[in-house]
Amino acid sequence: MILLEAKALTKNFGGLTAVDNFDFQVHKGEILGMIGPNGAGKTTVFNMITGVYPPNHGEISFNSQKIVRPSDSRWEAFLASTVFDTVVICLSALIGLILALVIRRATTAGFLASVSFLALMVLLSLVAGWGITRLVRRLIKLTVLRPRPHQIAEKGIARTFQTIRLFRNLTVLENVMAGRHCRTRAGLWGAIVRTKNQQNEEQEIVQDAERHLDFMGLTEMKDELAKNLPYGLQRRLEIARALATDPTLLILDEPAAGLNEQETTELMALSSQIRDTGITVFLIEHDMKVVMGISDRVVVLDNGAKIAEGTPAEVQANPRVIEAYLGEEEW
Amino acid sequence: MRDFLSGLKRVNARWWYLVIAVLAILYPLVIKSDRWLQVANFFFIYALLGLSLNIILGYAGLFQLGHAAFYAIGAYTTAILSTKFHIPVLLLLPISGLVAMILAILLSRPILHLRGDYLCIVTIGFGEIVRIALRNDVKSLVFLGKIPGLGFLTDALSDAVFTGGPNGIFGISRPGIPIGSLAERIKDLPILETLGLAIKGQTLILRGHTAYFYLFLAFVAFTIFAMQRLENSRLGRAWMCVREDELAAEAMGIDTVQAKLLAFAIGAAWAGVAGNLYAGWVTVIAPETFSFWESCIMFCIVVLGGTGSIPGVLVGTVGMVVLPELLRTWLANIQQWRMLVFGLAMVVMMVFRPEGFWPSRRFRYELETAREEVAGAQAG
Amino acid sequence: MEAKLRPWYQQSWFYALVSLLLAAVLVLTGYQLSGPVFLQQVVNGLTIGSFYALIALGYTMVYGVLKLINFAHGDLFMSGAYLGFTFLGMLIGAGLSSQLLLYLLPIFLIVMIIVAVAGVTLERTAYRPLRRAGRLAPVVSALGASIFLQNAVMLIYGARYQSYPKEVLPDVRWSLAGARLTLMQVAMLVTAFLLMAALYLFIQYTRVGTAIRAVALDHDTSRLMGINVNQIIRLVFIIGPALGSAGGIMVGLYYGRIYFTLGWGYGLKAFTAAILGGIGNIPGAMVGGLLLGLIEAFATGFVSDAWKNAIAFLILILILIFRPTGLLGERVAEKL
Repeated sequence: MILLEAKALTKNFGGLTAVDNFDFQVHKGEILGMIGPNGAGKTTVFNMITGVYPPNHGEISFNSQKIVRPSDSRWEAFLASTVFDTVVICLSALIGLILALVIRRATTAGFLASVSFLALMVLLSLVAGWGITRLVRRLIKLTVLRPRPHQIAEKGIARTFQTIRLFRNLTVLENVMAGRHCRTRAGLWGAIVRTKNQQNEEQEIVQDAERHLDFMGLTEMKDELAKNLPYGLQRRLEIARALATDPTLLILDEPAAGLNEQETTELMALSSQIRDTGITVFLIEHDMKVVMGISDRVVVLDNGAKIAEGTPAEVQANPRVIEAYLGEEEW
Repeated sequence: MRDFLSGLKRVNARWWYLVIAVLAILYPLVIKSDRWLQVANFFFIYALLGLSLNIILGYAGLFQLGHAAFYAIGAYTTAILSTKFHIPVLLLLPISGLVAMILAILLSRPILHLRGDYLCIVTIGFGEIVRIALRNDVKSLVFLGKIPGLGFLTDALSDAVFTGGPNGIFGISRPGIPIGSLAERIKDLPILETLGLAIKGQTLILRGHTAYFYLFLAFVAFTIFAMQRLENSRLGRAWMCVREDELAAEAMGIDTVQAKLLAFAIGAAWAGVAGNLYAGWVTVIAPETFSFWESCIMFCIVVLGGTGSIPGVLVGTVGMVVLPELLRTWLANIQQWRMLVFGLAMVVMMVFRPEGFWPSRRFRYELETAREEVAGAQAG
Repeated sequence: MEAKLRPWYQQSWFYALVSLLLAAVLVLTGYQLSGPVFLQQVVNGLTIGSFYALIALGYTMVYGVLKLINFAHGDLFMSGAYLGFTFLGMLIGAGLSSQLLLYLLPIFLIVMIIVAVAGVTLERTAYRPLRRAGRLAPVVSALGASIFLQNAVMLIYGARYQSYPKEVLPDVRWSLAGARLTLMQVAMLVTAFLLMAALYLFIQYTRVGTAIRAVALDHDTSRLMGINVNQIIRLVFIIGPALGSAGGIMVGLYYGRIYFTLGWGYGLKAFTAAILGGIGNIPGAMVGGLLLGLIEAFATGFVSDAWKNAIAFLILILILIFRPTGLLGERVAEKL
């Protein structure tokens, strides 16, 4: 079953085409590896999947639902921007003000002629303007046009970063607890009043987080500040945090970067364990031992375009792949 | 000495709270000086402001150098509605908070995406715009009537709600509770005098500094309580994640835009409440009380005291508000050097202790670990 | 944080076109409606604008290399004004009041040197130790330094305003299509432009200038290229305050009165100008300064004097919402 699918994915940065007409599929329950020389566009693909920026062309579907759809239409781009929002809201405030003043001109009745009425009208029109922007967003399906990363995370795609991005001044436990945010609901009221629901939820959050820490072998460090952790454990913590969001698809961006032999082996075992719990894994890696060792399938990117796809053995033997990494064979 | 201090630390925090609470309640009964009651009341107001800014700056990490604007909005809402429509001041408390909150949401929404330093400048700008608008009196916008087509604005604005211009608004009524016929019976009780209360018609009103002391104390106590809870909740954690790394927070499913908006909204609402309390207390407010300098004081309270930490904010308030008053009394003859020393102290403080005087436990934990390691290395 | 292709309404050519159209419309309507008054505001605006530009350069350069808003910069500008006042006063005391113009250049130079030293000291004591202390601590330190400077000047010179001598430049006036143009204004404009042009050439075409631009981009890489980053930062803290103090003397000569809170008002507006043009961008600071001066002059002349600051800030906020990198600034993409 296809979990994630991308069709004709393209991304341009100014004059540079980072990803060029890229198609790929991630099957449920597999570990898919993405390899390619530096600058091939791999992280860009991840960023587009997770909503950091939208693609210029192509679309991405997750669980048979379209989650990213770009638009060539400049009109749509404008409607999606904050400029449009601000303009609409300001305009509606102005219209409300003018309306109020016109009404004031027409009548002399106490309240309608007072300033409070003016203020009320402006307020109402601001709300109306805000409502209009919300409506427009619905109409152009903004969440698919410009999905925000937190919406993607809620849908079940979690990620780690190439340059580790932990919450450095929070403890290990708190980092993982952050992952539970999108699966819990307590808000301001619950926080201050400490309703029974909120208290239960807090307990659950801590327990879940501790469970994930245990799974990653980080329980002893749970009260350490994230920034004090050694590099290898920081990488693990990032994965633990991503797992805490209960993802269906886990995206790992160079998880083995900077790890030594032993840590790499542990990572490989961990990845298999993660897959065994039912989570699909999609990873970028440069370390061939890791990629070829744990991936069920591999897809190869070079200069933004797919040049090979298949099992690790097939890809390793593919002459185009060899050429991309080592250069052309010259006799 | 070391043992004594660590022994102190081990005493349950609850006992400390009790001691402080008792001392606080006894304070106005022991210290009869009007001046020192006033200083205490200023301490409370600034503590409230500092705690409200702490949400925005300390927890969510948003550079807010225009917080005085929300303080002003709360105070002026109270002042205008109280003097023009005679709405009781206590009732205006939630209203002031609400108005400040609404304005915060409106103003901050378009600028939330700005990065630290730019946000800083924009908030300074907002603060100044609010102050200028208050000082010039909304009525002076009459010049807009010159624009062809907007002529009707001239009439509308000329009898618009006034902000009193540079002289501000005076005659704000004091907060009071209607107590009906009970008023007659307790009118002459001496305890009213000690507590700073008075009877006006059928309302029990706060008149002396003592009464305000207890009112403000209650508010600050409640704020500290609420903030402690916020700090250790899902929302508080979300704010701290946004502060630490916005992109990572977003990727973990935290709606950063909503989180930042909420931080601004709640912080502003609280500042508005502080404004209401202040207006009811001093009964005269002027635009110059809400200048950029006030925003700076609040900013420094949070940063110098210890960003993100509640005791830190309280210490910061002592440093920025109470200390200058103490210095004013003790060093009266070299008073003019006060601000000079103050500025120097700020620089020195930051250079030698950038994390603030009483940093939140995260930073302190790190410092303690570092010190322990050094001590261990020296011993071993 | 994202690098994306800008939509058509946010591209440079669009802005340039709109600005030109707006300028043309304004000039024509203005002249039609109000004739000489309009031109007068243009002249005034450019003059004030050149002051803002000189001060803004200091802010923008420091921000460029340190990513720090030097809140004390306005006060350095103010000290320049007061030092100029002192020296002119000394000359008058020595009986040379008729020859002040002759001594103007040396006074400028001496004041610029003194304020430059003050600037370097400021950097060394209040900012250097905080380079790695996060974003909040330097702000508080800068505010503290600002308070310190202001009060130091107040203690030395007194709280009341001081007056600059009026006889420095001969009072020559011309009439330009009905607008009054004084020699003072022309002199100010010319001096400011010369200083800014010199700075621009220095930054663009000398090795040191390139080093400054390098440090503004990345400290570590600059170090790897053999640039002494601390020295460059020191240089920036020499040039910035020096230019600011020159602006201070000019403000004193132009307006005649100086007071110790001068740094506050001018500083904030100059910083607005720097942001307007694109913080970290030197031609941007110049453009921003002039533009802000013009906006303020028009606001004073045609709208309302009391609201001019509010209008300036409003424009700043609008620019930051719609074009956060300023008019000439460049978007910086962050590698994820």
